Amino acid sequence: MSLYYVQKLLYQLNRDAELRRRFAADTEAVLSSYELTAEERDAVRAADIGLLYVLGVNGQLLMHYAAFRGLEWGAYLEAMREGVRRHGPVRAGVYAMVQD
Amino acid sequence: MPLVFAGACSHAPGITGRAERADPAARDAFYAAFDGLRQALEAARPDALVVVAAEHFANFFMNNMPAFAIGMAEHYDGPIEDEAWLGIRRRRIPGDRDLSQRLITDVMQTVDVAYAEEWLFDHGIMVPLHFLTPRFDLPVIPANINCQGPPLAPLSRAYEFGRALRRACDGVPERVALIGTGGLSHWPATPNSGKINEAWDRDFLARWAANRRDDLLSYSDADTYRDAGQGGFEIRTFIAVAGAAEGATGEVLFYRPIPAFAVGCTTAVMNLAGR
Repeated sequence: MSLYYVQKLLYQLNRDAELRRRFAADTEAVLSSYELTAEERDAVRAADIGLLYVLGVNGQLLMHYAAFRGLEWGAYLEAMREGVRRHGPVRAGVYAMVQD
Repeated sequence: MPLVFAGACSHAPGITGRAERADPAARDAFYAAFDGLRQALEAARPDALVVVAAEHFANFFMNNMPAFAIGMAEHYDGPIEDEAWLGIRRRRIPGDRDLSQRLITDVMQTVDVAYAEEWLFDHGIMVPLHFLTPRFDLPVIPANINCQGPPLAPLSRAYEFGRALRRACDGVPERVALIGTGGLSHWPATPNSGKINEAWDRDFLARWAANRRDDLLSYSDADTYRDAGQGGFEIRTFIAVAGAAEGATGEVLFYRPIPAFAVGCTTAVMNLAGR
């Protein structure tokens, strides 16, 4: 259940400017202090918003992580759509994409 | 002093952060409605404003998630979001620790509420304050209902939280105002951002304005998730206001779906007897 720790990392990044600074300066050191799978580490490191979305990261957390990593609004929404196209439906949580 | 004001409004971050993307006529009409709500709030001459918000994992997380929480600090800072992203400058907002402590003590008679001596306001509180207290000078007491990470408190408990807040506010000498902020149907922070179920919203708001408890509490979370999205869980904030205004009916002052803001934009008040 390391999805919890992905979300915890994003929650703490959102709250803590000092952690954001350390994350930018030494990403690996910050990542290593959370229990993440290799897939999760890669997705966080690469700002793979689509994969993080499909893994089930809470949307409120992911929205701010996307902004922190420089995605403007339209690109952020498109990244989630692309994630579903590539990886299939959202696997956990309540932020699944629905049919309009 | 009996509660002097009870209202409800939207809080979506796009309202301030993506203003230029909305239809200008709809946006300006909504901003004017928000200003009308500000005037109604000011006419009640409040000493403090309790904001019942749906916090979004800014302060409370799954390591220790309270169903209900109330702030108990001298002051609060916000927004936690990037200032440019939200379109609101970071600032310090006054609180009232002593008043918080008295309200929490009373609420605890019937609701097991958590208290928090620090709290970073996110858009859920900052967007309403931006319009309702634009000088950010009215002491604010933040309250939070977990609408984010299931398991969530049942709607009946949200209603009881509102009743407890009312009893507590009525019991202090200060003139306390209450505002609930949340979305109705919406799918924020998903690819469906902008989807709004207008019929569902209007039906909910009719139930809210009539303040018929059983009608308001008849939604299951599965129904809400299907018809109103995960953002629909935030009706708990409106339901708490209804509980605080038990016995009174309300008025929806403004409702219009504005997809760029990702929500049906709403302002509403309860007509508290004798105010």
